[in-house]
Amino acid sequence: MRRSMLFMPGNNAGMLLNADALGADSVILDLEDAVSPSEKDSARILVRNALKYLDYNNCEIIIRINSIDTNYWKKDLDEIIPLKPHMIMPPKISCAKDVQIIADYMKTVERRYSVEKEISIIPLIETALGVENAFEIAKSTDRVKAIFLGAEDLTADLRCKRTKKGDEIFYSRGRIVTAARAASIDAYDTPFTDVEDEEGLREDAEFAKGLGFTGKASISPRHVMTINEVFSPTVEEIEYAKEVMDIIRIAKEQGKGAISLHGKMIDAPIVERARQTLEMAKALGGV
Amino acid sequence: MKIKKVATAGTLESSDIFVQVEPNENGIELELHSIVYNQFSEEIEKTVREVLNDFDVKNIKIILNDRGAVECAIRARVETALIRAGGVEN
Repeated sequence: MRRSMLFMPGNNAGMLLNADALGADSVILDLEDAVSPSEKDSARILVRNALKYLDYNNCEIIIRINSIDTNYWKKDLDEIIPLKPHMIMPPKISCAKDVQIIADYMKTVERRYSVEKEISIIPLIETALGVENAFEIAKSTDRVKAIFLGAEDLTADLRCKRTKKGDEIFYSRGRIVTAARAASIDAYDTPFTDVEDEEGLREDAEFAKGLGFTGKASISPRHVMTINEVFSPTVEEIEYAKEVMDIIRIAKEQGKGAISLHGKMIDAPIVERARQTLEMAKALGGV
Repeated sequence: MKIKKVATAGTLESSDIFVQVEPNENGIELELHSIVYNQFSEEIEKTVREVLNDFDVKNIKIILNDRGAVECAIRARVETALIRAGGVEN
């Protein structure tokens, strides 16, 4: 169950200490943009020690490594893979080949350190080329379990202004969700960057959910609760899903082909949505 | 491991530790300042000496300014300072 992903700077000892206590389903320990070039070594060593000595039992751990056009990404993987984080997030992924290069090196490190578990990848798509290649990225290797849209770098690449309303990323959001769903994996939306604007965050998260995103990243712990709320099924949705499953069961018992609920035809997509809602509610302990 | 030059790591932010290492000819010289000195100085020094031992450091002057760092942060900052001081690329 991953609704919220919270970014934490990899070189901040205090923040790493409390990373799993802020309510996020996943925490992204960042070795990339949040760390200055002169502190890359320091952050890498701190994150490695944090993974070794702290118990991050309350959430999933994702490590954002540096991009493959730097001299840092292999060193990041050398240090981090032996500690078996749940996922690696490589940034600025523009094509399937980018992911395959990283996956191949991850395999080498896993073998070197006898890491039996194959660590998953969540590519960060934040270039125009990456958006256009989203489906091939999603299908590039079995390690890819989700894709994540990063709008800040993307809008710089698109040469447009990043706005709160987000019209400029509407196409990219749709393309990312469609690519992810076509590849049967999850899709994650870009963070809402105005830390103070709670209402704007909720609108943005609800819009992303409406498009089909699985969840949303955050750069502030203050946003986590709202994101979790928005991406969790409501009581009404759970009750409706139960009704759908009940009426389908009854219809099958009575040998009925077509069935309606509250005057609306219940067809396969509605049943599938109800199943997904109940599955999610179950994962959250709600049923 | 030989300490070739002065190097630093860490910060003075809360829950972190600032470490400075220097070449030294007379064994291990350790200077610790901590906001929790009375409660944890022995544990901090033990952790620091473990890391020095892991890196086989015999001669060093190490100055630590602790702001309440936990063990993993102390280990990480000392290790970073040592690597930076030894001329080893990381």
